[in-house]
Amino acid sequence: MFSIGFRTLFYKESLRFWKVATQTVAAPVVTAMLYLLIFGHVLDGRVEMLDGVAYTSFLVPGLVMMSVLQNSFANSSSSLIQSKITGNLVFILLPPLSHVEILSAYVAAAVVRGLAVGAGVFIITAWFAHLSFVAPLWIVVFALLGAAILGTMGVIAGIWAEKFDQLAAFQNFLIMPATFLAGVFYSIQKLPPFWLAVSHFNPFFYMIDGFRYGFFGQSDVSPWTSLAIVSVFFAVLTVLAINLLKRGYNLRH
Amino acid sequence: MTAIQIDSVEKSYKGFKALKGVSLNIEEGEFFGLLGPNGAGKTTLISTIAGLIRPDAGSVRIHGHDVVTDFREARKRLGVVPQELVFDPFFTVRETLRLQSGYFGIRNNDAWIDEVMHNLDLTDKADVNMRALSGGMKRRVLVAQALVHRPPVIVLDEPTAGVDVELRQTLWKFIARLNREGGHTVVLTTHYLEEAQAMCQRVAMLRKGNVVALDSMSALLRRVSGSQLVVHLKTGDLPLELRPLVSHDEHTNGNKYTLRVNDYSEVEPILARLREAGAVIDEMQLEQADLEDIFIQIMEEEKQ
Repeated sequence: MFSIGFRTLFYKESLRFWKVATQTVAAPVVTAMLYLLIFGHVLDGRVEMLDGVAYTSFLVPGLVMMSVLQNSFANSSSSLIQSKITGNLVFILLPPLSHVEILSAYVAAAVVRGLAVGAGVFIITAWFAHLSFVAPLWIVVFALLGAAILGTMGVIAGIWAEKFDQLAAFQNFLIMPATFLAGVFYSIQKLPPFWLAVSHFNPFFYMIDGFRYGFFGQSDVSPWTSLAIVSVFFAVLTVLAINLLKRGYNLRH
Repeated sequence: MTAIQIDSVEKSYKGFKALKGVSLNIEEGEFFGLLGPNGAGKTTLISTIAGLIRPDAGSVRIHGHDVVTDFREARKRLGVVPQELVFDPFFTVRETLRLQSGYFGIRNNDAWIDEVMHNLDLTDKADVNMRALSGGMKRRVLVAQALVHRPPVIVLDEPTAGVDVELRQTLWKFIARLNREGGHTVVLTTHYLEEAQAMCQRVAMLRKGNVVALDSMSALLRRVSGSQLVVHLKTGDLPLELRPLVSHDEHTNGNKYTLRVNDYSEVEPILARLREAGAVIDEMQLEQADLEDIFIQIMEEEKQ
């Protein structure tokens, strides 16, 4: 079903982050735990985002999804930019790998890293919160889709960027704000009307909202609406990434 | 069968024309040299063959497969050793070669990987991380990576730049064997013209994005006919009637003249005339014209 070329590139991309797992898996888990300890300690018992759900419990799915998204993006984007700058991307560009094989291998490895970090964050933070699993299938669907979307965005950013600071700009001015403003730490229903409206244009919001629905059975919008919006967003990004690879944009001069 | 068919290839970078309509065919089983000064367009042409650069006009075919429209079939048949010393610092030599095999759709390739490593003296470095290798060893791995899928066409872009004599000899022995016994087509760029002269059957010379010479090595060597007689005179000077033969002269430490001779029979009359004129020879050499002379001559002609 999967070609040897795809499997090899997927294996290489996975092995690449696994060889430096302290930096790529353990570090983000510790960061997420710190968020939980600080925000959970300060706000637990003082605010309630969803009916009958403690703030720490509300926060855990948000932190897990934030970790999934950020690490999926980091995997594909950092691998591509490093290979471009060191020149070893030539080993991927010379073989007869198709555009779909290249994209799917980078995205699949990004999903693996995102889910590995997400699982790590979940296992550690679940100790501090009471969690329910009302609709586990939604949890899996949104985790997979979110990781794949950010993995694809990482490929696009990695292709577009020619220098590390361009990639850092993409990460700091686009990915970070979009994640933080997507309702990781709060329910968007608590926002003033203007920012509530703005939040509905942020696709990251639907990923986190749908993911959280799987735990509590409550969300700001219907999980089906989120699924539709997230799926369309994924399809658009996939088409864009394939198009860039086909054109050889910033890869084949 | 034509291994590489290059048709009117043009490529510009920000207004600079790197290739100005290059056309040439390289036949299957040939050992072909692509020569030219820095900036002549050699690497641009090789990158176009490899699909790393998209031509603005024209086409390149590998065994009949277009490198842009039918790139998968073209790339299966091509092994490229890039000029830059690039490597992936996450992996060992064996991991690197296994991964490269997989990208070409080949599994369980260890027998061939072992043979390639053996022939390039890499066996005892198989489990060493790429970061820990010397420049010469990294170069060997690049060559091995280009060969993992047994490509019928091998392109080497300055593979011996900055490497020691031992690697050059190991490399050329192996590549020559692949060409001779396996029938692999080999295309080579190098600044070491003696290497090209020793290895290549046919040569294209590029200058400023144009092919300025395309011929067999033997035909090119015939272009600069004859040899050169270098005489260093202890005393006396060159008689006037020999002056038209002079191609080069130096007068820093006595009188040193380089004279053009068509064949050996012309040497004795020159020496006799020198004796008659009372000149005493301190040192003398008879040199065969080589590819370097031809290269310089062709480049000089093109400049004019």
